[in-house]
Amino acid sequence: MERLVSTPTIPVDEDEFVVSHEVVAVPVSRRRRIGIGVAFLLAGLITFFAWGIGARNGDAAFQVSQFGDKYQVPVMRFPGGAVAMIFGVFIVAIGVGQLVRPYGRTAMRWAVSITALLFVVAFLCWAGTGDPTNAISLTGLVANSVIASIPLILGALCGIVCERSGVINIAIEGQMLVGAFAGALFASAAHNLGIGLIASLAAGGLIAVLLAVFAIRYLVNQIVLGVVLNTFALGLTNLGYHSIMQSNPDHYNAVTTLPPIKIPLLADIPIIGSALFDVNIIVYITYGLIVAIDVALFRTRWGLRTRAVGEHPKAADTVGIKVNRTRYRNVIIGGLIAGLAGAFLTIGGSGQFNTNISSGKGFIALAAVIFGRWSPRGAIAAALLFGFTDQLQITLGIVGTPVTIPSAFLAMAPYLVTVFAVAGLVGRVQAPAADGEPYVKG
Amino acid sequence: MTTETAPTHVGPPPPTGRRSLGRRILDGYLYGNTAVVTILAFLCALVFGAVLIAVADEATRKSLGYFFQHPTDTLSDAWRAISDGYSALFRGAVFNTDSLYSNGGIAVFGPISDTLVNAAPLILGGLSVAVAFRAGLFNIGVQGQLIMGAICAGYVGFTWHLPVGIHLIVALLAGIIGGAVWGGLVGYLKAKTGAHEVITTIMLNYVAVYLLGYLLGLNGFQAPNQTEATSPRILSTAKLPHLFGSLHSGLIIALIAAVLCWWLLSRSTLGFKLRAVGANPFAARTAGMHIERGYIVVMVISGALAGLVGCSQALGTRQVVTQDVDAGFGFDAITVALLGRGSPGGTVLAGLLFGAFRAGGVVMASQTHTPADVVSVIEPVIVLFIAAPALIRGLFRLRAARGGSVGQLAKGWNG
Repeated sequence: MERLVSTPTIPVDEDEFVVSHEVVAVPVSRRRRIGIGVAFLLAGLITFFAWGIGARNGDAAFQVSQFGDKYQVPVMRFPGGAVAMIFGVFIVAIGVGQLVRPYGRTAMRWAVSITALLFVVAFLCWAGTGDPTNAISLTGLVANSVIASIPLILGALCGIVCERSGVINIAIEGQMLVGAFAGALFASAAHNLGIGLIASLAAGGLIAVLLAVFAIRYLVNQIVLGVVLNTFALGLTNLGYHSIMQSNPDHYNAVTTLPPIKIPLLADIPIIGSALFDVNIIVYITYGLIVAIDVALFRTRWGLRTRAVGEHPKAADTVGIKVNRTRYRNVIIGGLIAGLAGAFLTIGGSGQFNTNISSGKGFIALAAVIFGRWSPRGAIAAALLFGFTDQLQITLGIVGTPVTIPSAFLAMAPYLVTVFAVAGLVGRVQAPAADGEPYVKG
Repeated sequence: MTTETAPTHVGPPPPTGRRSLGRRILDGYLYGNTAVVTILAFLCALVFGAVLIAVADEATRKSLGYFFQHPTDTLSDAWRAISDGYSALFRGAVFNTDSLYSNGGIAVFGPISDTLVNAAPLILGGLSVAVAFRAGLFNIGVQGQLIMGAICAGYVGFTWHLPVGIHLIVALLAGIIGGAVWGGLVGYLKAKTGAHEVITTIMLNYVAVYLLGYLLGLNGFQAPNQTEATSPRILSTAKLPHLFGSLHSGLIIALIAAVLCWWLLSRSTLGFKLRAVGANPFAARTAGMHIERGYIVVMVISGALAGLVGCSQALGTRQVVTQDVDAGFGFDAITVALLGRGSPGGTVLAGLLFGAFRAGGVVMASQTHTPADVVSVIEPVIVLFIAAPALIRGLFRLRAARGGSVGQLAKGWNG
């Protein structure tokens, strides 16, 4: 990620420099350094003792191929407890490394990713030893995680496009909900999925127009506005559901869902193939959007202007960028993306609208934006994490773990992770400097 | 929330000096004072609601199909739907003329008691949001806090055996503590790590919901010999005393809380500090105030008020703890606080209004073809109009002098 302003490098130790990232960096304090190291150590010890020693004797089985796949890979079996113990030792080593000599920015990113991966795999190994006859279906887990992540990713992209330009968008949830409703209604009434898709985008865009007009023209506090728009969208879709859809469900609320499109060779890759390349059009559009927004935000004129407007609107205005026009455009683009996320829930998923079908996905997407520090890559990683933990509980429910974990606690996990992440890992997140502040010329 | 003014709509100041009453009323209208804007926003929202009622009405939709042959059909259908809907809303919320002649007239108070029983949790929840608002925090976590309050109050209410009076007080205290801890956690995280309260409150809402679901499946919390996820009934010693109709004394608690909040915010040193932190944290810090402590204190108070919503639900309205103990009050509390412009008095009025909407919506849904959801659209629309006084002034060609829209005090992510 390129830097917006050149910032000084601040010496931390004699031989260690931390290069700041967009804002002037605060030197990593000794306390924080030790804290992070201890967190790694704890994760390692949990991996070693809880998932390693706590595992039952016997193998954990992982199913890699599904029936009907082109390449059949036999079920993988290995001693779950032993593997988890080895992973635990690895994580402890990473923690010791941090304590001895703190990692730099890039190394830290790798350390966190590897730790998270090892921790999760060790956890799966532990879970798999619960009932050796029941193999954990990796293909299914990956496929479901992707499906659960798509609306979160789209919602997060919506949030990034809005907030990078300086408009806080809490109404992602409402935009999704309205998109889902309009998609189901119009697709079933017109018997045409294309029309449903367009209606979804339009509906998401309409809420975005409301958001933009009230935030930019009428200077309403944007957090308040987002919450009110969510309530509005929930009431409106409930009303539509009870008065229109329920009067004739077959005519107004029954969609043939978008068909999956299979990409010949790629779809045959084990584990991830069918999950990523045998999916409906919205998922492919999502791939496109991920790449497009990540590139556009940091490599194009639009991206530079968006960021300029979000960080320092006055400076942007001085050099001739139309601040409010840029914001209108970005908020509406965001609304279209959130509408697409809504479409994925109805015409791309269940085929039916239900009241409050988005059930907080927009809020999770918002958390992903903040978790990912307003960068597309970070937000997408967070969205994938949320999607994965969401599906994990279902998989674990099927497999059965050595110690029964109440499903409610597994369901809580992503939310608790977010609280810890926002409070601990992310620290004082730095939003775009002008995020949430209306720009008034003069 | 009039301390900070929007600097954008500067017009001529309203004339000062001695004016006649009529002149003052006219000026109040022309210069769009707060009350006038609020009333106009309310009317606009009702008009918007009327359009929705018409669209939601099946007969109207059918006659719209041949609008150009018989436009009067559409209009009369729409008018019938709207007048039926709104009159049912009124009957359910305020006064039912039919009840005058039956039951010896006592049923006249039925709708009012329904309104008040809904108003109590709305006022408490609205106060919770409003108090946090004044310190510059946006508490979206009333839902989670009230659930924690209901869990604690309910648990004390149906398991402990205590004497009459003491039992109720202990149960209320348990509910207050449950909410205060859940809210205080948010304040603590904000103070210690800078985690934004909007994110942490939303997340803790989900945690509370799942925690409640888990508890309702546990021995000792789930009612014995019940397949449904519901707690045992609250013991009679812990119930909030019944007043009249469907009304319990949760309303009295709400009104006392409103007075206390008014005193806290406008008469006490603590309230002054909290408002200073909300108005300008940097200035407050310069003046020697401990803004981190302010965040924790205000979230504890806010959570305690939300916990009282849980008490009102668990010990009064429902007298049992179920998964839907929240009943949507958690989020409606936000709209109530916004409509009340963050002041305790305004919040009481807004709570009464939305309580009336809730009570009326039920009757409207049962007696007409209009779903109660219309009400849940009208409410945010009112707030939307009130939050944008410039829009209302523009619509009615009012001259604008003083700004001060809702929620000027809440900051963005970095605040």
